[in-house]
Amino acid sequence: MSNEVQWQEKVEQIYRGGGEKYHQKNAEKGKMFVRDRLKMLFDEGSWAEDGLFANSENEGLPADGVVTATGKINGQTVCVMANDSTVKAGSWGARTVEKIIRIQETAEKLEVPLLYLVDSAGARITDQIEMFPNRRGAGKIFYNQVKLSGKVPQICLLFGPSAAGGAYIPAFCDVVMMVDGNASMYLGSPRMAEMVIGEKVSLEEMGGAKMHCSTSGCGDVLVSSEEEAIEKAKQYLSYFPSNYKKKTEPQQPVPVPEFEKTLEEIVPKNQNAPFDMHELIARITDEGSFFEMKALFAKELITGFARINGKPVGLVANQPRQKGGVLFHDSADKAARFITLCDAYHIPLIFLADVPGFMIGTRVEKAGIIRHGAKMISAMSEATVPKISVIVRKAYGAGLYAMAGPAFEPDCCIALPTAQIAVMGPEAAVNAVYANKISELPPEERAAFIQEKRKEYQENIDIYRLASELIVDEIVPANKLRQELEDRLDLYSSKNQVFTDRKHPVYPV
Amino acid sequence: MKEVKTSMAGNVWKVQVTQGDQVTAGQEVVILESMKMEIPITAEEDGVVEELKVEEGSFVNEDDVLMTLK
Repeated sequence: MSNEVQWQEKVEQIYRGGGEKYHQKNAEKGKMFVRDRLKMLFDEGSWAEDGLFANSENEGLPADGVVTATGKINGQTVCVMANDSTVKAGSWGARTVEKIIRIQETAEKLEVPLLYLVDSAGARITDQIEMFPNRRGAGKIFYNQVKLSGKVPQICLLFGPSAAGGAYIPAFCDVVMMVDGNASMYLGSPRMAEMVIGEKVSLEEMGGAKMHCSTSGCGDVLVSSEEEAIEKAKQYLSYFPSNYKKKTEPQQPVPVPEFEKTLEEIVPKNQNAPFDMHELIARITDEGSFFEMKALFAKELITGFARINGKPVGLVANQPRQKGGVLFHDSADKAARFITLCDAYHIPLIFLADVPGFMIGTRVEKAGIIRHGAKMISAMSEATVPKISVIVRKAYGAGLYAMAGPAFEPDCCIALPTAQIAVMGPEAAVNAVYANKISELPPEERAAFIQEKRKEYQENIDIYRLASELIVDEIVPANKLRQELEDRLDLYSSKNQVFTDRKHPVYPV
Repeated sequence: MKEVKTSMAGNVWKVQVTQGDQVTAGQEVVILESMKMEIPITAEEDGVVEELKVEEGSFVNEDDVLMTLK
């Protein structure tokens, strides 16, 4: 047998992955074989692979259950780690861990994004001494993730389980896409939960994709198939540079489509009535460019990427249609994370404020709304990318602060002509200031008194008055907002600011 | 049994359905008043209103059941 034939045989055997029954089992769940996933992910379906022969001296452990590769996606070089769940359920042995660490080191050296295609049962307990506690054991993977965070984009596609320690891989990534029905994250399996704490619960309920994308906030994008996850990952990457030293390449600008109703027409005159902020976003961004992050989690605040005139922006927008657009602990947490993500990779931020303030009451105080709110304000303050604050209809109380109000050094604070800025809305303010007076009045005179005071209050917070006091920098008619943003983003593109020279703040997390 | 729950604490301002009404997923069934805002609450699933658990003017906390559907 010639050397090449011998090589060919060995390689082909490794390429086949684990036993046929595991391939079948995966196929039944709608899961692709790891090498088919990579073919779909990489341009021309090709990549350079290291450690193909890892553990090949041992029976039944092709590539030691993980493919580590470097290749191109839409012409951009990326590194990839992809578990092979047909090999011992994608569990981690010593060489699996070493391969993952090495691809992380490669991504760091090449300064390119790193994708984690996760489908793994976790540590191979039989190999624990070799893979768990040592200097280059599994802990190093997480250490490296932390070190890479903010240097190169880290993207997790969750195709199957990420169990116990493995659940921290998605947790340290910038974004987690989860395939509905197959993806899960959990520290202890339902079986362990029943044994150790006596809880009876299904995997889907405890750690399924829907739960994590809507309730825990550990997932960012819920998808219905692996193909969709891969498509979404490619789309996500298009908003990002390769690393923190670069800026994203602009794309061909796409105009805003024509709508039956103008921006001015969709924003209700009544400050208290709900409307859909998504409709406003569609009227200021390039058609089809919006990519929402955490769409199902804390829906009262919208976070997502879009393009304006071909260039990427990060949008942080209150959603009056959900919970009145009031800020909650979860929405503040969601915003803080999104803001740091945009800031790390030079993606300008636009805040679309339509906010009655932070939620009050026992529930949210117990949930720590103050420290979560502080976290959002901290992240927003520290962001040095171009920062534009748009007061759409209202910004009351600390809501003004959290949405990059004037004190937080936005490059500009723009208001629509109907916008109101105040400590609180007219109804609440009149009640707060005149509560005693109102109760002393004869009942038949109260309504007229309240009406008059509200009117006075409205006049006092009139937006032209605030502009006259230099509180807002510009008042822009609603239908001219897109053009205004386009112009200002272009003008701010040379912004170069360092927040401070200290080591880091004491994060209010 | 299907339930329609509140998304946040507030006062029930308008109940827009009555017992026996057919509702569809996404339909607005109750409007709360909270933080001076109108907060529409929608049914998450299709169904027929079986029992209303609240009336206009009552205080509800987050996750309270507003009505049951069958």
